[in-house]
Amino acid sequence: MELTGRWLREIFSELLIEHAKADDRICYIEADLMLASGTGGFKAQFPERTLNVGVAEANMIGVAAGISTLGMIPFTHSFTPFATRRCCDQVTLSVSYAKNNVKMIGSDPGITAMLNGGTHMSMEDVAIMRNIPEMCIVEPIDGVQLASLFPQILSHDGPVYIRLLRREANPVYKEGETFKLGEAKVIFSGNDVTIVASGIMVSEAILAKNILQLEGIDAGIIDFHTIKPFDNKSLIQEVSKSGAVVTAENHSIINGLGSAVSECLSENCPVPLRRVGVKDHFGEVGMQDFLAEKYGLTAQDIVNACKEVLQMKGVKSC
Amino acid sequence: MNNLRILEEKAMEIRQLTIESIGKVGIGHIGGSLSICDLLALLYFDVMNVDPKNPNDDDRDRFILSKGHAGPAVYSTLALKGYFDKSLLDTLNQSNTTLPSHCDKNLTVGIDMTTGSLGQGFSCAVGVAVGARMMKKDFWTYVCIGDGESQEGQIWEAAMLAGFQKLDKLIAFTDYNKLQIDGNIEQINGLYPLHDKWKSFGWHVQVVDGHDIKALKDAITLAQNISGRPSMIIMDTIKGKGARFAENKVSSHNMPVTEEMWKEAVKEIEEMKVKLWS
Repeated sequence: MELTGRWLREIFSELLIEHAKADDRICYIEADLMLASGTGGFKAQFPERTLNVGVAEANMIGVAAGISTLGMIPFTHSFTPFATRRCCDQVTLSVSYAKNNVKMIGSDPGITAMLNGGTHMSMEDVAIMRNIPEMCIVEPIDGVQLASLFPQILSHDGPVYIRLLRREANPVYKEGETFKLGEAKVIFSGNDVTIVASGIMVSEAILAKNILQLEGIDAGIIDFHTIKPFDNKSLIQEVSKSGAVVTAENHSIINGLGSAVSECLSENCPVPLRRVGVKDHFGEVGMQDFLAEKYGLTAQDIVNACKEVLQMKGVKSC
Repeated sequence: MNNLRILEEKAMEIRQLTIESIGKVGIGHIGGSLSICDLLALLYFDVMNVDPKNPNDDDRDRFILSKGHAGPAVYSTLALKGYFDKSLLDTLNQSNTTLPSHCDKNLTVGIDMTTGSLGQGFSCAVGVAVGARMMKKDFWTYVCIGDGESQEGQIWEAAMLAGFQKLDKLIAFTDYNKLQIDGNIEQINGLYPLHDKWKSFGWHVQVVDGHDIKALKDAITLAQNISGRPSMIIMDTIKGKGARFAENKVSSHNMPVTEEMWKEAVKEIEEMKVKLWS
């Protein structure tokens, strides 16, 4: 399977088909976004294991929960806002509280919803899902990572929210690289500052690292592909070395990755910290570059934040 | 069909245990529990293929109480059926209980779905029926919803899907006791004409007296013979049926029950049981 240079939805759909051939527990439940999720191939091969409930996300989640009680493993899909906030109570109770094994795909996270605009642009989906006990949250950043994590998501016995870019991702990893669900990937270990990133912000973090390097600043990068359960260990290990942190996420800075990092560090090893992310406001229509610029989600924003935390090092702020 | 009188006695016993267990806590969802006792007696002691010795059998029939607040009535039924000892009913809503007010499939043996947030159990039941078809299983899925619960949009999302998908191994019941927390349904957000609503969603619909076990049995038998459509059996019921202090009272939804109240009600049921066989 070609894992780079393609839309992630194609890779996801092929992974689903490949695993469904060997595992007849896999089924796919959709709420009228099969064209968007590119899962027509799954339906063609497994019509009896595909169900389109129409535009009814809450019902989709309940139906999936019901199917899962029979030992099936349903995957559901909608855009991130409708996969989370639209059916928050159903996800909380029918899935997680009831301990039902449902894998929920939310696609087009944050600013990648682009021309669908503010209504379709969730800045709070991770925040919603992070507050639900026993929820696992994964944001694979490219095809290589998605392919490595997919079987682990499948075998994880419990609900998983997969925050999935639909389009082509900036390739970060080389084919053959492997990842462990629940364990953050330390891409670079840095001595001066640690950039903790997720999703599309990982490739921005790499750009930022290169810019900082030109100025003699050694930045490390951790890719938090699994946002929950949160890998305290890798974070503390890297931050103990660098003594400063910048988080970067395509999401609100409230209760997403930045908050998770803040919580972990303030309890374990407080260090200067800045959060790059959407600053508590709604999305809007626009191309991704425009939105990234407007909301402060660029490599330069990460660079600026890194310089701020470096200045804070060793200074008592309160 | 099992002897009608045996089933009627079971319904009385379910009522008695439900009144006792809620009475011992001092408060509970007694109205909506008592209105479905006849249905539960019929399902668990006649209709459903379930075995308390093998409660997780993959091929068993499923029952989902979407109006999850009537859990105490199901617990009484499960205890009578032999899923667990009747003494467990005294732990209803106590700390660390396995019998919480709303049904939890992970806590209580014999419970097929965790419910309580209205509308959700019905979607889950539709999911179970869809899953059974996917897995080529032959069991029946039974689900009971409340009339107040029918104001939830999710009920109609799921109804539309089940009708469209022709889920004819799904049989649903509406506990149409006409009362909800804030009063009479028709004075809050009326369901009338409920029969027509379900029919227009592609369901086979019957209306029966929900306290007439023979009529209920006939309705279920007919529903089992309908192909290409899910079945809705609208049960005309009385909220709080069988306990005079609760019958047809709006306040019975979640009502304080004193020892005097429940003991008097239990005594009346015991007298009725004697009359049943005399």
